[in-house]
Amino acid sequence: MSTTVATAGAEGKIWSGGNEPLRASYGKMMMWFFILSDALTFSGFLAAYGFSRFKFIKEWPIADEVFTHIPFFHGNYPMIYVAFMTFILIMSSVTMVLAVDAGHHLKQQKVAVYMFLTIIGGIIFVGSQGWEWATFIKGEYGAVQTKGGNILQFGENVMIDGKETFKRVAISDFTTAAHTERVQHENKNGLWFVSEGALPEFQMTDVVAGLKAHPKVLVRTQEIVDGKKLVLSREASLEAITKNGKRTVHGANLEVNEYGSPLFGDFFFFITGFHGFHVFSGIIINIIIFFNVVLGTYEKRKSYEMVEKVGLYWHFVDLVWVFVFTFFYLV
Amino acid sequence: MAHEHKLAIFRGLLKFKSNTQKIWGVLIFLTIITAIEVVLGIYKPEILESQVFGMKALNWIFIILTLVKAYYIAWDFMHMRDEASGLRRAVVWTAVFLISYMIFILLQEGGYVFNVYDNGFIKKDF
Repeated sequence: MSTTVATAGAEGKIWSGGNEPLRASYGKMMMWFFILSDALTFSGFLAAYGFSRFKFIKEWPIADEVFTHIPFFHGNYPMIYVAFMTFILIMSSVTMVLAVDAGHHLKQQKVAVYMFLTIIGGIIFVGSQGWEWATFIKGEYGAVQTKGGNILQFGENVMIDGKETFKRVAISDFTTAAHTERVQHENKNGLWFVSEGALPEFQMTDVVAGLKAHPKVLVRTQEIVDGKKLVLSREASLEAITKNGKRTVHGANLEVNEYGSPLFGDFFFFITGFHGFHVFSGIIINIIIFFNVVLGTYEKRKSYEMVEKVGLYWHFVDLVWVFVFTFFYLV
Repeated sequence: MAHEHKLAIFRGLLKFKSNTQKIWGVLIFLTIITAIEVVLGIYKPEILESQVFGMKALNWIFIILTLVKAYYIAWDFMHMRDEASGLRRAVVWTAVFLISYMIFILLQEGGYVFNVYDNGFIKKDF
């Protein structure tokens, strides 16, 4: 497709640079090679995720139990929201390719409308991802971290449809925080370079007391046996918490998360964050191109190739999301 | 300006009248695939939990469906179908080769580390 923008009167003269063996302009080709290198970066991250997952294959968090929320609704709906996000991104890819198509027919107005819709789709997606992060950081049930760094979660066996099913219980459901007094460490009273963070919601002594007072509550470990996380017996639960419990954790951050291996949280934040950053920069570039379209820059050039190039980048962002979706939420 | 698009997908099984029509057709196809993935992801049929080539059958299905989606995004949305074969090969083969190599190396090594951990830190018990 010969949509070269800048020509120096060298067309046809093979020895003056007029030769285009790949039949694509310089800019478009370079966009493709940039996408290639970016694809390698992303697959490096995803392969590293795979490495860590294979390394801890027996105790990796089950994604279905981590991402179960949709905005404004309570309850357990795994996959639904992220499927919506995927659809939004594919939709914005479609409006982008429609913009490119309208550009080929030099229809300025249509290009502008489709670019605008693409930008809106991108903003909805980034907003959804922000919400997803916020939910993940906030957490749900809370858990206890052991001295060895493992995560112990709580739940009880209840009858659902005549079958005994393990149902998660939040720490706050069976624990009440006892009154404690403590002198806050201040820089002027001790090591000036050490600061003390806030105390967690519940102390370990509170959790132990709460667990003893509620005979039905059991502990679930990280270990996966036959596709399910291993639930300890009542005696083993009490022993695990009393002997090994170090602190309570709520939600996720880079250092620890209540769903299991901290690496899961690290990779989630890093890979979806890097992808979200790509979406964000894609939106910015789309906005710039949108204004160029509206101002008629490409109409004067009689070529909408810039729309095509930014379109390639935008589709690539969609392409990466397809893989992130599979490896974080499905597999 | 002439912009020829190849308007057939599924190896010519489905032909579209215009490029715009093809875009909507591909969207429908991608949406169906995503819907299948989501339904399988929620219900996780018992029959697909069995192991095939060292991984759950369900996971193989997810990965294959993802590659199918990636193919149609690159080929029809990014117009790879219409590019010169030289450009297509330069981009696609490079990526396929390097990524497969990286995945093989890292997953192999991850499995090895797991085995060493699992086996009481013994590499090989003679």
